[in-house]
Amino acid sequence: MNATVAAITWRAMVGRRRAVLLLALPLVLLVLAAGLRLTGVADAAVSRGVLGALALGTLVPLLGLIVGTGVIAPEIDDGSIVYLLSKPVSRSTIVVTKLAVAAACIALFAALPTLLAGLLMAGNDRGLAVAYGVGSLVGGVAYCAVFLLLGVLSRHAVVIGLLYALLWETLIGGYVPGARTLSVQQWAVSLTSAVADDGAVTADVRLGVAVTLLVVVTVGATIYASQRLRSLTLAGED
Amino acid sequence: MSTIEIDRVSRWFGNVVAVNDVSMTIGPGVTGLLGPNGAGKSTLIHMMAGFLPPSAGTVTLDGDRVWHREDVYRRIGLVPEREAMYDFMTGWQFTLANAELHGLADPGTAAARALETVEMTFAKDRQLDTYSKGMKQRVKMAATLVHDPAVLLLDEPFNGMDPRQRLQLMGLIRRMGADGRTVLFSSHILEEVEQVASHIEVVVAGRHAASGDFRAIRRLMIDRPHAFLIRSSDDRRLAAALIADGSTAAVELDPRERALRVHAVDFQRFVTVLPRLAREHGLRLYEVAPSDESLESVFSYLVAS
Repeated sequence: MNATVAAITWRAMVGRRRAVLLLALPLVLLVLAAGLRLTGVADAAVSRGVLGALALGTLVPLLGLIVGTGVIAPEIDDGSIVYLLSKPVSRSTIVVTKLAVAAACIALFAALPTLLAGLLMAGNDRGLAVAYGVGSLVGGVAYCAVFLLLGVLSRHAVVIGLLYALLWETLIGGYVPGARTLSVQQWAVSLTSAVADDGAVTADVRLGVAVTLLVVVTVGATIYASQRLRSLTLAGED
Repeated sequence: MSTIEIDRVSRWFGNVVAVNDVSMTIGPGVTGLLGPNGAGKSTLIHMMAGFLPPSAGTVTLDGDRVWHREDVYRRIGLVPEREAMYDFMTGWQFTLANAELHGLADPGTAAARALETVEMTFAKDRQLDTYSKGMKQRVKMAATLVHDPAVLLLDEPFNGMDPRQRLQLMGLIRRMGADGRTVLFSSHILEEVEQVASHIEVVVAGRHAASGDFRAIRRLMIDRPHAFLIRSSDDRRLAAALIADGSTAAVELDPRERALRVHAVDFQRFVTVLPRLAREHGLRLYEVAPSDESLESVFSYLVAS
């Protein structure tokens, strides 16, 4: 972990127009939750539906994509990453630090709003609010690790990430049973199911499998991203 | 003593060969890398800075390969051509961040000293995106000087600078070289390189075309066949007079241009002979224009030789 890298990454993340998106998306969730609570419709079932589909299903992957790519891809794109790479700082330190900043953003802009929205709608009835908060945090960090790697590998990270979230997780995951085992979304759901009261949330992937894959993917993506960053080529314009 | 050794290095991008079997040694003092745009100068510099691996050959600094070695950056500083920096920072914050990233014991003092060296202390608290191009270039240099590198690589540092900024930067580079550092900068303008570099390496179309001090290079570039387009009061008589002189190798009357094309092989002699002959034969010269003065044609001649 490097404090200077963290400071630069943090300022770049929250200082730009991207910060508007980071605030706007969870705000939508909170406004909806407040609306449901005010109209008296909110209960555990509704809470589960909203948190499952809107928070875990939409907010978390989207924010994971924005934050995961946002901590590294713009710098690689405009070449300013040369100021990080032309230093005697190990590439893994750079990647881990950026992932930590991404995790902090996820905690602040995805996990916390999810928890708050859940509490707003139905308190911690059936443990749903806390469970979805935890699921959002862990799932969000895994998404960040994957999309950070994608940001190092490809200039089209955002497009590929969207394709993954939309095509693979949503569409194919809906029709091909086996595909669900390979979905960050489903692993997060499994974790949520384990934290919530028994039977409150149904999961398609066993907890053991989900946790293992979450760890393997997060750590693996980080290691691979560090290696690829070592071999990142900057060629200049000539 | 820090010496960069480039040994039979080639670099290709798919089908495009950017650098073709180049060998050179860059030692202490100021070296200018001269060549037209697209010659491969930037590619070479990025290979020296460890940001691009050679497709063939080796690039070493004092015997150590520079690719895949993060600790080499303690000894090297690269001033990249691309303008992108962390625009949301001030000049001071940017220079300080670079000092901190180098793990310096006293980053604040190093940053202050570097900013003073490039004379940017007056604007250090303004955001980078309010800077002019020349100011950004100087802050880039400050960020590269914070750790007092033995090797300084500058990619087209004079691009977009006005004459005063250019003079300032030249002075700075000369001082760095006089300190005993190994300084390399690239440019496509011979005059820029001449005034600062003690040694010049010429690169054309990916090949190492020439090497030497500026007098040798200038001689190479001057003592070559020159082509001229001349319009006079009597082209045919002028042609006959010129071909009789040893400085001219060929004359051609161009009916479409209604002009005389002359191929001169002794430039120094030709430029004195032409007006003299015109006066002797009572001819009036209306136009004398060089027709191959482009840098590319000069450089191509160097490659061909």
